[in-house]
Amino acid sequence: MLRPYLPFLLLLLFVVANAAGMIGLSHLVGPKRPTPLKDAPYESGMPPLGSARERFSIKFYLVAMLFIVFDIETVFLIPWGTIYFGGAGGALRMGFLLVEMLVFLAILGVGYVYVWKRGALQWD
Amino acid sequence: MTLDLSLTRDLLTALLPELMLTGWALVLLVVVAWRHRTGGDLRVAGGIALAAFATTAAVVWWLWWNSAAAQGYAPMIAVDDFRFISDWLFLGTGALTVLLSMRYLEREALLAPEYYVLLLFSVLGMMLMGGGSDLMVVFLGLELMSVSVYVLAGINRKSPKAAEAALKYFLLGAFASAFLLYGIALVYGATGTTNLALIGAQVTSLHLEHGTLLLIGLALLLVGFAFKVAAVPFHMWAPDVYDGAPTPVTGFMATAVKAAAFAALFRVLGQAFATTVAWHQIVSALAVATMVGGNLVALAQRSLKRMLAYSSIAHAGYVLVAVAAGNASGSAAFLFYLVAYTLTTLAAFALLAVKGRGGESDVLIDDLSGLATERPWLAFALAVCMLSLLGFPGTAGFMGKWYILVAAAQSAQWWLAALLVLTSVVSAGYYLPVIMVMYMRPAPSAAAHADVRLGRLAGAAVTLAVVGLLFFGIRPNRLLDLSAAGAESLRTPTAAAVAPPGN
Repeated sequence: MLRPYLPFLLLLLFVVANAAGMIGLSHLVGPKRPTPLKDAPYESGMPPLGSARERFSIKFYLVAMLFIVFDIETVFLIPWGTIYFGGAGGALRMGFLLVEMLVFLAILGVGYVYVWKRGALQWD
Repeated sequence: MTLDLSLTRDLLTALLPELMLTGWALVLLVVVAWRHRTGGDLRVAGGIALAAFATTAAVVWWLWWNSAAAQGYAPMIAVDDFRFISDWLFLGTGALTVLLSMRYLEREALLAPEYYVLLLFSVLGMMLMGGGSDLMVVFLGLELMSVSVYVLAGINRKSPKAAEAALKYFLLGAFASAFLLYGIALVYGATGTTNLALIGAQVTSLHLEHGTLLLIGLALLLVGFAFKVAAVPFHMWAPDVYDGAPTPVTGFMATAVKAAAFAALFRVLGQAFATTVAWHQIVSALAVATMVGGNLVALAQRSLKRMLAYSSIAHAGYVLVAVAAGNASGSAAFLFYLVAYTLTTLAAFALLAVKGRGGESDVLIDDLSGLATERPWLAFALAVCMLSLLGFPGTAGFMGKWYILVAAAQSAQWWLAALLVLTSVVSAGYYLPVIMVMYMRPAPSAAAHADVRLGRLAGAAVTLAVVGLLFFGIRPNRLLDLSAAGAESLRTPTAAAVAPPGN
């Protein structure tokens, strides 16, 4: 009964082995020249110590929001692609699917043009 | 013209108004991307928005003129007179809001032509709410409308009050949306469908009239809608948000947003829950609380904007009486009252917008003293609005209230009818002082009203609204016939829509 899930188990094992192998190998083989700065805990390029209640630039939120919007676009493209290239349905239905996705992309394109011209993609 | 909504071409025809408005909004968004720096750009954007509303209204008219009707199994979008009439109401309110905003935005240095894009998108959401015959479409429209209006409420980024209003509206609105969505989920759980006509059919065939799951779902739906129409006890956000938002946006929120929520509520109750009697009591109770609460608190307001905010809450109570009546005359009165109320309130907020100046829109009622001698036409328009809100004979507000009263009496809801009359009398206590102050008190200084000017566009909008108010007050027949036809169309087509395919 659980047989269809075997590939998932294999994938899981592969992922764990892959990650462990990479970290382990670089630990064993890689050269080590520590400095105090390198030994500090890594915190996405920010100073790791200090108050946690710092104020972030609002630009981070803007970028995060725009990322979500265009990320969702990609997420929508994938199931659409499996249906479209899976070839279920006649030529008319395929044409409809294509037009639908083009309309969707055009609407997102308008958003992209707006965001670009309004300067939301510029950091300064 | 009968549209078979299972065919792509016919479905696109039925959706033509919405598609049209979407296209315009996208075009405007591109235009705004390049032109967003000067007052001239604002005017261009406003002009495009007006063109969008006008052409979309023409497309709706074309569908109506060809008496378009839907055929086919459980469509997502309704094609009936109710949808067309509510579309006209939303588009008209949107167009009037554009006219009122042109000068206001320049005066307040709100150089954000995105304002008009958001206006277009929110009207699009309203059209989906008024026309959606599936709970998912209604919810989608509600979110589209709400998200746009959240931003509109906070469009004045320099004002902390506007930011507070926007944040408050957003947080509470998101909360209310969750209630609505949970209600949809429970109704779906009880009936196995989100289509309004199918829900109605399932309730009858499975005898779910007193089913616990369905009733809880219905109650949650009512909470969601009651929040959007600001019915007591879900009204707490309204005065603060109305107070903080830019005045034309407040006018838009108090009229179109409320009308859209009412239209959706009315369609949902009429088509999906026609046989579920439980909501009559809930809506009656809401109406009582809203009429009493709104009117009594409005009495205590000194600020004109807050007074109008509470007055709009009170009026939601009157409309709820029409909903609670649940008979044919109640439905006709419902649409009529929405039109009358929209015209009146929008004009009142327009006049308030010109009086409040220099970013500070806190106009006290006493600030209006002597307006009649300095600006007689403005004072006259505001007086007509106040009389119409009060329900004075000769104005559309009176006819609307009269029809609601008739409907309540016909359905033997004597308590509601009596309370409507009593609270209307109470409301004279805050509408009449406005007129008294304008006409019977001298201006505090010679220059008190020197900079109160409507401008040509807003003047045209207010004139249109006031003439409409007086016209419908004297000759209400055409509008009443139209709204009766709209209400009728809501009741009849369900049987055809429910018939399974192949029958």
